Amino acid sequence: MVNDDYIIKQISVFSENKPGRLAAIAKALQEEKINIFAFSIAEAKGFGVVRLLVDRPEAALKKLADIGFMVSFTDVIAVRMKDEPGGLFNIAKILGETEINIEYSYAYSGKEAAVLILRVDKVKEAVEMLRNSGADLLKAEMFL
Amino acid sequence: MPVEQLSELQYKRMKTLVYRLYSFSEFYHKRMKEHNVHPDDIRSLADVTKLPFMYKSDLRDNYPDKIFTASQDELVRYHVSSGTTGKPTVVGYTQNDLELWTTSLARALTGCGLGRGDVMQVSYGYGLFTGGLGLHYGAERIGATVVPTSVGNTERQIELMQDLKVTAIACTPSYMIHIGETADRMGVSIEKDTYLKVAVLGAEPWSEQMKMHIQDRLGIRAHNIFGTSELSGPMFCDCAEQNGIHIWADMAYTEIIDPDTGEQLPPGEKGELVMTVLQKEALPMIRYRIGDITSMDDSVCACGRTHPRIDRLQGRVDDMLIIRGINVFPSQVEHALLGIPEVSGHFMIVVDKKGALDEMLVQVEMNPEAFSDKVQDIMEISKKVSHVLKNSLNISVGVELAAPGALPRFEGKAKRVIDRRLN
Repeated sequence: MVNDDYIIKQISVFSENKPGRLAAIAKALQEEKINIFAFSIAEAKGFGVVRLLVDRPEAALKKLADIGFMVSFTDVIAVRMKDEPGGLFNIAKILGETEINIEYSYAYSGKEAAVLILRVDKVKEAVEMLRNSGADLLKAEMFL
Repeated sequence: MPVEQLSELQYKRMKTLVYRLYSFSEFYHKRMKEHNVHPDDIRSLADVTKLPFMYKSDLRDNYPDKIFTASQDELVRYHVSSGTTGKPTVVGYTQNDLELWTTSLARALTGCGLGRGDVMQVSYGYGLFTGGLGLHYGAERIGATVVPTSVGNTERQIELMQDLKVTAIACTPSYMIHIGETADRMGVSIEKDTYLKVAVLGAEPWSEQMKMHIQDRLGIRAHNIFGTSELSGPMFCDCAEQNGIHIWADMAYTEIIDPDTGEQLPPGEKGELVMTVLQKEALPMIRYRIGDITSMDDSVCACGRTHPRIDRLQGRVDDMLIIRGINVFPSQVEHALLGIPEVSGHFMIVVDKKGALDEMLVQVEMNPEAFSDKVQDIMEISKKVSHVLKNSLNISVGVELAAPGALPRFEGKAKRVIDRRLN
C-alpha cells in the first residue's frame, strides 16, 4: 500500500536520568557511521526517552540493543512545512479537524524547508488525511 | 526480687509453658517430637537449650493464626506487621496477653521516671502497628495523661505539646529529630518553650551518637525502648540510669546465641537475641529468634533492678530493614515485583535520610515488552509499581525504572540493599 511508504521508523531509546547516557547513544551511532536527521528527548522524573530519526534504523536499533539500551521502533510521519508563519498551523489544523491526536512531535529546520515529525494515535489515517489535504509528506526512503 | 528467686520463677513459668504447649499445641508438640525433647527433659533453666528454636518463617507458614493457642472467641485484639514475603505476621492477644503487655510497659515507663502527673504524647502510629496502642495503654496504666497524636501533622503536634504541657513523648528517634527540626522552623525551642523532659524512642535502629544528639539539642532524656510485635510489641526500656534495656525476667527468658551454631553465648558477648515470653496465651513464643544483634548484662543495675539488661541493638542477622519504624524485608519487595508483568525481578533498594526521615527507593528493571516511546506510559508503570509496593509494605517508596541489564547482577547471595543512613 502506497501510504505505508510514508510511515517512518523512529528509534525510541529508554534512558536513565544520569550523566553520559546521551553521549553513549551518540557514540554508538558514530561508531556505526549512522547519521542522525532529527532527534528529541522527552524527560520525566528519573528517566527520559530519546527519539531519533536516522539513516539506517535497523542497524541503529541493533547496535543500541547490543550495548544494553532498551529500544523500539515507533511509526511516525514527517511533514514538510513551509518555513514561514502559519506553516505549523496548516498541518495541525488538518489533524485536529479529523480527530487524530498528536501524541508528541518535534521539528527540524533544514536548508529547503522545515520538517515536522509527528507521532499520532492513528498513523495510517493521518497519512491519508494529510496526503488528501495536499500536505507534503516525506517518504521513509528519503531518510535512507 | 533477688536474682535466684527470679531464676526460680522463670524456670517454673518456662516449665508450665512447655507442658502446656506440648499438650495443647499441635505445632509445638510436633516440633518438640522432631527434636526428641519432652517436657520432662527440662529440669533446669540450662535445659532450655534442648528446646527447638522458633522462627519468623514459622509464623508465615502458619498464617494467619494456625499456631495460636487460643480460639478466636478468646482473642480481644489483633496486630499485624510485615512478614518476609507477601503474607504479613498476625499476632492475636487474649485479655491476659494485653494485661501482661500493658504491665511490662507500665514498668518500663515507671523506670523512665514517669507516672501520675505526666502528660505523654504518643506519636507512634496507631493501628495495626503495635507502637501507638501499646504505649497508649502503658502510659494510662501508670496514671499519666495520654495525648494520642499518632504520627504526622508535626506542627500541630508541637502546638499541642506546648498547650497541653506535655512532659514525655513516645515516637521513633527519627521522628523526634524531625519534631526538633520542625520546632526550629516554627521558632519554638523544645528545651525552653515546652515542658518536655523525657522521650521514649524505639521501633528503629539508632546509635548512641543519635541519642546524645537528641539529648543535647532538645534538652531531654532519650530512652531506648525495645520490643517486636511477635513478643506483643514494645515491652522493655532502659531505666533512668540509661545503661541497657531491662528485660523483665519474670515475663521473658532471654538468651544471646551464636546465630550460626545456635549455641548460647555468655553475658557480654554479642550475638543474636532469642526470647521466650513466658506467659503469653494466644501466641506463645519459645526461643523465638528475633534476629537483632546485641549482648546481655546480667549484673544488678545501679537502679537496683535485678532484671538483666540488653545493650542497644547492633544490627540484624538477616537483611530486614526498618524504614520509618516499619519492618521491610527485601524478599517482600521481590515478591511484590514478581506480580507486575511490566518489570523484571532485578531490583535494588536504596535507603537514605531526607532530613530526619527515612526514604526508600526501589530501582527495578523494566521488561522490554513494556517499553513505550511515550513518557506517559512509562510513568504509569512507575505509578503501578509504587502502588503495589505501598500496598505490600505499608510505606510509601520511590520507584525508579531502569533498562534491562542496568542493575547489578549477583553471584551467590544478592546484596540488593544500599543503606546510606548509617553515617
